[in-house]
Amino acid sequence: MAATDSAQPTLVIEGLTTRFSTRGGTVTPVDGVSLSIQPGQILGLVGESGSGKSLTGYSIMGLIDAPGRIESGSIRLNGRELFGLPADDMRKIRGNRIAMIFQDPMMTLNPVLRIDTQMMEAVLAHQKVSREAARAMCRDALERVGIASPDERLLSYPHQFSGGMRQRVAIAIALLNKPDLIICDEPTTALDVTIQGQILYEMQKLCAETGAALIWITHDLSVIAGLADTVSVMYAGKIVESGTAKQVLEQPRHPYSHALIASAPSRNPRGQPLRQIPGMTPSLIRLPSGCAFRERCDRVSDVCGQAPSVQTGDGRTLRCFHPVGAEYPEVRP
Amino acid sequence: MIAFIVRRVLQSVFVLLIMSLLVFVGIYAIGNPVDILINPEATQSERAATIVAFGLDKPMWVQYGLFLQSAVAGDLGRSFAYSTPALTLIAQRLPATLELAVVAMLVSILLGVPLGLWAGLRRDGFAGRTIMSLSILGFSLPTFWVGLMLIMLFSVNLGWLPSSGRGQTVEWLGIPLSFLTLDGLKHLVLPALNLSLFNIALVIRLTHSGTQEAMLQDYVKFARAKGLASRRIIGVHVLKNILIPIVTVIALQFGALIAFAIVTESIFAWPGIGKLIIDSIRVLDRPVVVAYLLLTVTLFIVINLIVDVLYSVLDPRVRLSDARG
Amino acid sequence: MTEAPAVTPTDIETPFRRFLRSYLASKVAVFGLVLLALVLFAAIAGPFLAPQNPYDLKVLDVMDSRLAPGGVSGDGKMTFLLGSDEQGRDMVSAILYGIRTSVLVGVVSTAIALVIGLSLGLWAAYLGGRFDGFVMRLVDIQLSFPPILIALILLALTGPGLGKIIVALVAVKWAYYARSARSIALVERRKEYIEAATCLGLSINRIIFKHLLPNCLTPLLAVTALQVASAITLEATLSFLGLGLPPTEPSLGLLISNGSQYLMSGKYWISVFPGVALLVVVVAINLVADQLRDVLNPRLQTQ
Repeated sequence: MAATDSAQPTLVIEGLTTRFSTRGGTVTPVDGVSLSIQPGQILGLVGESGSGKSLTGYSIMGLIDAPGRIESGSIRLNGRELFGLPADDMRKIRGNRIAMIFQDPMMTLNPVLRIDTQMMEAVLAHQKVSREAARAMCRDALERVGIASPDERLLSYPHQFSGGMRQRVAIAIALLNKPDLIICDEPTTALDVTIQGQILYEMQKLCAETGAALIWITHDLSVIAGLADTVSVMYAGKIVESGTAKQVLEQPRHPYSHALIASAPSRNPRGQPLRQIPGMTPSLIRLPSGCAFRERCDRVSDVCGQAPSVQTGDGRTLRCFHPVGAEYPEVRP
Repeated sequence: MIAFIVRRVLQSVFVLLIMSLLVFVGIYAIGNPVDILINPEATQSERAATIVAFGLDKPMWVQYGLFLQSAVAGDLGRSFAYSTPALTLIAQRLPATLELAVVAMLVSILLGVPLGLWAGLRRDGFAGRTIMSLSILGFSLPTFWVGLMLIMLFSVNLGWLPSSGRGQTVEWLGIPLSFLTLDGLKHLVLPALNLSLFNIALVIRLTHSGTQEAMLQDYVKFARAKGLASRRIIGVHVLKNILIPIVTVIALQFGALIAFAIVTESIFAWPGIGKLIIDSIRVLDRPVVVAYLLLTVTLFIVINLIVDVLYSVLDPRVRLSDARG
Repeated sequence: MTEAPAVTPTDIETPFRRFLRSYLASKVAVFGLVLLALVLFAAIAGPFLAPQNPYDLKVLDVMDSRLAPGGVSGDGKMTFLLGSDEQGRDMVSAILYGIRTSVLVGVVSTAIALVIGLSLGLWAAYLGGRFDGFVMRLVDIQLSFPPILIALILLALTGPGLGKIIVALVAVKWAYYARSARSIALVERRKEYIEAATCLGLSINRIIFKHLLPNCLTPLLAVTALQVASAITLEATLSFLGLGLPPTEPSLGLLISNGSQYLMSGKYWISVFPGVALLVVVVAINLVADQLRDVLNPRLQTQ
């Protein structure tokens, strides 16, 4: 299935806002997030820890619990609106039309249950098939993710697997019900670099084969570089820049994206001090008014005290008054 | 696995020996059973005869040596008060106590786990908080007082249940059991409830905290992401994780149940070994006391061993690493 | 499930204030604290509050015995608010004296057991080797016996008496503290401040008691409170079985025991009221200890 098929997008999010009421005040870790993905596409959601990228993933899955709440916005999966859906309907979609893979494979599998139990229940919760049929599906899924002797493996327990294998099992589970969308929350961060490469390759292959759309959440730009079709950069709950991978990674416009990419170690010549972004990620309780990146930006001016609106042009979006790149005109509010 | 068991058994025999020595010495050193057993108006020669008859004139070491000799042969002495072998006496009363303890243990699990689960899931709700407060009551209330209150309420005031003794028994594999008869059940209810109260509270609290911790784990998050129904997440994923430590604690508590049966049996006049030991202590019937203590220690050791084995069966992480190593 | 994003609090809170706030957050715990204060007050001020000294034989009149609650004495001078027992003792006074004895026994025995157990446990953890092995073997053997059994045997052999029952309780409880203290100390011992103290050449005792000890105390706090309640209950049980305190200085347990023979004939107050008093004491301590434990438990602190 061609990635640029301009049929209906798999997922369209507009203005998604999630708030948490904490003892220190109300925080908005997901603030007016908008994005869209086409079938078979891979979207890289990039940001530092605390930028709200994981919570965006949870919001899509409907896994936000008190004291948090999805406040407003629209989440349309293949045209169907998910915001405000009753809990039971959402449950039928989770693990079925949308699947999620988490960061730490060690704990996401229940240590006292067998692998086949944990895989088959994902199938049996959503499809009316016999147990034998479910088992056969699980077996095939394990083979697809490259796990040898799947029948034996089905009878094992999670602690008998290595980290990379556990993550493959998690991927296999995610694919069991042939979801339209898979959300991956830093799935390779906890793994060795060599395994990372394998997993990345598997995911790409599977996406191409099944036509599922993928959101890959990460803070690691090098992962995104080879993998994603489109990239969205998040900072303090907002998407500050988005576009195709080539656009964002090679010609970043937002000062934050620019600094992030420039600070990647591989980009810095040897012997030179590493480039850093000065300052720290702001606390979500005490966000500066206007542009959240204000206090760390070297292009800041008075106008940045107001929240920059979203500008679009040639397939990109941007939230900045002083974008990087001389040919890009300075925008007045 | 076999090596592990053998090692533990050897350790246990060693502990048993030490215990028997301590117990023997302790009882010998303090108190003189002669004064209690013999009529104070007995003549000197009658006293002397009694002393010789019970072997109380020999030095302690000799007495201990003789004791060990016969113990190995299965004879733990004759009761001073009843003139029957101590072991026989205990064996006669043991089934009653075991029945009480087993029923109490089952009750505490069957009542405690669901209540604790409910409280753990609805932590801030009215039901949750009530259950937890009641559980504090459960292990604050002294067993003997609860027993008295139960008698007063159900026997004296309401007249529903009998207040003492054991009901009709039915033989099963040669062991008289009373819960198989209606009359037996009626007699069993109050004592079993009394004995299990502390444990019910314990299980509720364990289940509650276990559930709370389990719900924060990643595998619950993942199970929800798979779109599983809550019923399955709690009933299978959470429950299996928390049952392991709970079962362990309960099994270890079994020994305490048997010991605490002393109080319950006194109040309800239940013909078990608890009542026997109280009476024996009062009259310093040494053989019975010694036999009881040794039996208890053995029981504890066996229970500990079973729990260790059980743990490795229930927790796959332990079992398989044992097999590999 | 999903956790709130990390947030820096806007005001600085000392650990003590945070502890106080967490503790007081539960209404039940506050109730327990109030109850406990009342109990302690009764224990300390008992003799002054009681209308009568129930153990002064000159004051008692057997003609006043077994009066129902609210009954008036023969000479009209005393109202037995909670009734009187078979010897004409005022229940209110008996209970007040009883609370005092029960609390005294519980606190003193726990304190002594704590001191012994703590010292041995800390020593064992610090010195390791054969001393540690020996102490732990002793502890294991002791803990493999149910406490009630040990206490029973000891009291049967020594006879009843206030001092003897305290000794029995101490003998039963010390092992638990020794084991707890040892496991906490084993963890603390590896920390750097102990290494630093050793390098400074401080004496072993100083290291153990001035440096190791304070850090081990906090986790033991909730446990100790619970143990006081447990000691009180154990003493009551032993007295009930006739092996505890002598009739001249009864605790609540003995009062209950005395009164139990009258339950069947409807004179419930002789046994029930002391029972309620015992319940209140133990529940108060348990409520407070329970909240202490929840508040001090690191694994449950999500906020």
